[in-house]
Amino acid sequence: MNPAELSEQVRRAWAITKKDIRIYYLKGPVLIFGVFMPVFLFLAFLMGSRQLPLAFLVSGLIGMTLFFTATAVSPAIFPWEGSAKTLERLASCPITTEAIVLGDMIASLLFGIGITMVTVIIGLSLGLPMLHGIILIVAIFLAACCFSAIGMLLAVPPTNVPSNIMMLSSLLKFPLVFISGIFVPLEQMPFWGLVLAGCSPLTYFTDLVRYSFTGVCYFPMLADIAALVIFTVVFTAGTMYLHKRTMPKRM
Amino acid sequence: MAKVIEVNNLTKTFGKTIAVDHISFFVKEGEIFGFLGPNGAGKTTTTRMLTGVIPPDSGTAIIHGYDIRYDPVQAKQGFGVVPETSNAYTDLTAWQNLMLMGELYGLPRNGAAKRASDLLGTLGLLERRDQKVQAYSKGMKQRLILAMALLHEPGLLFLDEPTSGLDVQSTRMILSLLRDLNRSGTTIFLTTHNMEEANRLCHRVGIIRSGTIVAIDAPEKLKAAIDRVHRIEVSFDREISGDALTKLAGIIGSSRIGDKWQITAEDRDTAIRSLVTFSQQNRVTIVTLNTLAPSLDDAFLRLTQEAEP
Repeated sequence: MNPAELSEQVRRAWAITKKDIRIYYLKGPVLIFGVFMPVFLFLAFLMGSRQLPLAFLVSGLIGMTLFFTATAVSPAIFPWEGSAKTLERLASCPITTEAIVLGDMIASLLFGIGITMVTVIIGLSLGLPMLHGIILIVAIFLAACCFSAIGMLLAVPPTNVPSNIMMLSSLLKFPLVFISGIFVPLEQMPFWGLVLAGCSPLTYFTDLVRYSFTGVCYFPMLADIAALVIFTVVFTAGTMYLHKRTMPKRM
Repeated sequence: MAKVIEVNNLTKTFGKTIAVDHISFFVKEGEIFGFLGPNGAGKTTTTRMLTGVIPPDSGTAIIHGYDIRYDPVQAKQGFGVVPETSNAYTDLTAWQNLMLMGELYGLPRNGAAKRASDLLGTLGLLERRDQKVQAYSKGMKQRLILAMALLHEPGLLFLDEPTSGLDVQSTRMILSLLRDLNRSGTTIFLTTHNMEEANRLCHRVGIIRSGTIVAIDAPEKLKAAIDRVHRIEVSFDREISGDALTKLAGIIGSSRIGDKWQITAEDRDTAIRSLVTFSQQNRVTIVTLNTLAPSLDDAFLRLTQEAEP
């Protein structure tokens, strides 16, 4: 057995995933936050925007749910583990920083997908037709990967104080929701709004979810998928590179 | 004997502070190597570099033939680490912590489970294996950390103050296990403040002061090296004149302390041989004979003070 082999490191990353799920995700408050936060945002908007079609609102709900859940816990894992010294244990084990990051990303991805499935079921139970189920599954998977990478990117600053990271995380996450065509349809956005929306991966995901329910999307469907793939690759590579550089500073 | 750890010019700076300054040493296979030094001397920084937790600024650390900087995974696969502060996951049970370690070291599940049961049994934790670690006492946590470090049966074990602040029972259990491990071939790199522990356990000790190594040798040799004049305490079954003792080969002075004579000698071996010959020739019996060697504490203090800038 060569412990440095890719397959061996992926296996060890899976051990990190299982540990994360046990310790951080299967906790009542985390699950409640994951479900309630997007639902209440959705309800608040539903009350004030009755003229918007249900497909638009449910697509936004699914987008927000996946985005908030996939980035809910992952930014705080490194700071938590740094302050508890468990990160030092991982650093002295035969696992690369990239594999640790991958393990954290997979946990966040699974949590995001799991909770998002609840909102998809809500949408279907409200009577929305599923026109492109495969596209929805592909979109959810790609976006979950992308948002998990964003969550890990937010944890890059080498601080072991989780509240610092959570504050930074909120500062970035909420504006991103407002520029991603969730509350204001892309068709109604001014040019500058569209430019901003183009910089957010959430825009492409929400566009794909709308396509899955209505058969209509603002950008070409393949462009949405390509954009999500590009964001995922760039963010994943970026977070792995940056964590490798900053991890010794946490010790 | 093969070198398990080979350190060459290892250096680490934090800002303008040089924490470790071009240190070089080696640890042989099957050895218990004690790494001693006052607070802030660079012990923990060195251990962290050797275990791949932080990268050195320059120099090399070769562990089991692998450079910790360039082949960290292969190097880490061959050793276990016991840090000073317990770093098991407190939200997991002891068993879950051990299984996590098994997976991180790529052990087959059945093998890891068997080894985990054995270790928990040896360390007196088997009955509480399914309890979350947050309910453990400090001693139990430290024993669990040792079990986690030993799960993959490493050939090399790094320990940072393993018995610091522990009760007597846990301390004895850990030290006894370390001796057994060493007897079965495990090399041990032990960082400690406890001179008695180092004196009893270590084959060689390295003393670090202000980031530089000031001495490396066997504890007895270090103790002997710091005093050029040795002291021997001897008592006989009848009165002996001090002059008679001072004339003996190897002895440079004597003074009466109670019913004993305290001898000063340049060479301890020659002095003891002279005393034995003297007792035989004069038909006197030696009642007690003690060499008053400096303790490792003395050696440590002398060496670290001498090196002070």
